[in-house]
Amino acid sequence: MGDKILTTEHLYAYYDQHCVLKDINMAIPKFKATAIMGPSGCGKTTLLRCFNRLHELSPGGRIEGKIRLRNTDLLSLNPIQVRRRIGMVFQRPNPFPTMSIYENVIAGYRLNGIKLSQNKADEIVEQALKKTALWDEVKDVLYRRGTFLSGGQQQRLCIARALAMNPEVLLLDEPTSALDPKATAHIEELIVGLKKSVTIVIVTHSIGQAGRVADYTAFLYLGELIEFGPTERLFTAPKDKRTEEYLSGKFG
Amino acid sequence: MTFNRDKLFEKSLTLSAWLVVILVAAMCLSLVLYALPVFRTTGFGFLFHRLWDPLQGKFGAMPFLVGTLLTSFLALLFSLPFSLAIAIFLGEYFNSGKIALFFQNTTSLLAGIPSVIYGFWGLFVLVPLVRKLEIKLGVLPYGVGIFTASLILSIMIIPYAASVGREVISLVPSELKEAAYALGATRWEVIRHVIFPYARSGIFAGILLSLGRAIGETMAVTMVIGNNNQFPTSLFAPANTMASVIANEFTEATSDVYLSALIAIALLLFLVTTVINIIGRYIIEKLSV
Repeated sequence: MGDKILTTEHLYAYYDQHCVLKDINMAIPKFKATAIMGPSGCGKTTLLRCFNRLHELSPGGRIEGKIRLRNTDLLSLNPIQVRRRIGMVFQRPNPFPTMSIYENVIAGYRLNGIKLSQNKADEIVEQALKKTALWDEVKDVLYRRGTFLSGGQQQRLCIARALAMNPEVLLLDEPTSALDPKATAHIEELIVGLKKSVTIVIVTHSIGQAGRVADYTAFLYLGELIEFGPTERLFTAPKDKRTEEYLSGKFG
Repeated sequence: MTFNRDKLFEKSLTLSAWLVVILVAAMCLSLVLYALPVFRTTGFGFLFHRLWDPLQGKFGAMPFLVGTLLTSFLALLFSLPFSLAIAIFLGEYFNSGKIALFFQNTTSLLAGIPSVIYGFWGLFVLVPLVRKLEIKLGVLPYGVGIFTASLILSIMIIPYAASVGREVISLVPSELKEAAYALGATRWEVIRHVIFPYARSGIFAGILLSLGRAIGETMAVTMVIGNNNQFPTSLFAPANTMASVIANEFTEATSDVYLSALIAIALLLFLVTTVINIIGRYIIEKLSV
């Protein structure tokens, strides 16, 4: 499977006393796209939110076990540091409505109080927008509000916002669930292109999407990791009966 | 039958709505009518003259206009750090649960205290304190005056800005806050760069509400401002606001012109409030997301 960038060991996640993730052990390979798939409520979003420690911000959210980012213990780091190294894109496009497109892309730096020269900022914005194939569409309206864009464009802006921080890992939480098929295809194409430079972890409820974008797929059910392996192998020869049933549409 | 009832209901709603409009118009009209005599004697100089001496027949509203604006904006300045802090505390940090409810209720209780009680408290607690401060600063130790009135007003207006601020801050979508957290922002950075910009028009609306309350407040101010009709030359000088001079002198207004002058001040107060509200609404619109 090559180099591993994110590894979990006996990972448990809770909301107060309620355990939502049980003993998750998985190793996410570098510069690949890994899909986390499963029926609603199986804990896939929670798992994603453990990786950038956003789960701890939810009321009662608690993590036990180990998560490693390369060789460092992610849970012993300052969450702020973790989140600068691991970017995230959410279900619904959420550009900051008070900021222009330009400000949205550079928001990670502004929020963290990192001073940039005008040239450097321009460069970061241009590169991030080019990576998300948005540059040509917005280069003349950079100072308009990001909320004027279409849903698909807004989501690509959010990806650009995360990429501008040069993260090692990009987490995507059902990034196309609020988008139309055309915009979805566009984002999926983008993801495939992005994994050369950043490790992708994508939560999806769509089996088709996992098949189209992911090199590896994890199947989560009722808070447990049922199966994890190369997407092709998992889809064609699932080892667990529950994976097979899910793939054949018996539940979920 | 049901149709008729619906019609009746609709008509009564329309009537009630119009009644309010008619009342405001009537109020305006009577203020203008009764204020006319003083404008006939003094002209528009009434608005700009600094001398108010009813015995000599001199009527100038400037000292009171300045008194009102000074006390109100000073009060706003004093109260703003506190009302904003409460708004953030209750809107972002503790927006549900028992602690939140306790603080919310206590804050709104502040708005429910009758102003005469504030006046009494100011007279017996604040005035001696301010007097001590004035002695330390080497100014005439009246105790009463613009500064004291602003202090009492600042406490009275906290709940308005605080509760509106709390409301709008708690309405900031959590997905925006999470987006900022996911970029590595700290809580303070989220408040500063996401919550404040998003909620600013609402926060401003709350501040405006506070200001309106400060401009119109009569009883508490009358009790601690010192009721002096001189044009105020110092923050510690006893003065009068538009509202306090009306309350204080209405019963003594013996001549028609005197009475008319007080009503003209009421008209001015009405106009000031309206103008500030119109400007405020314009700004709110500019600020809104």
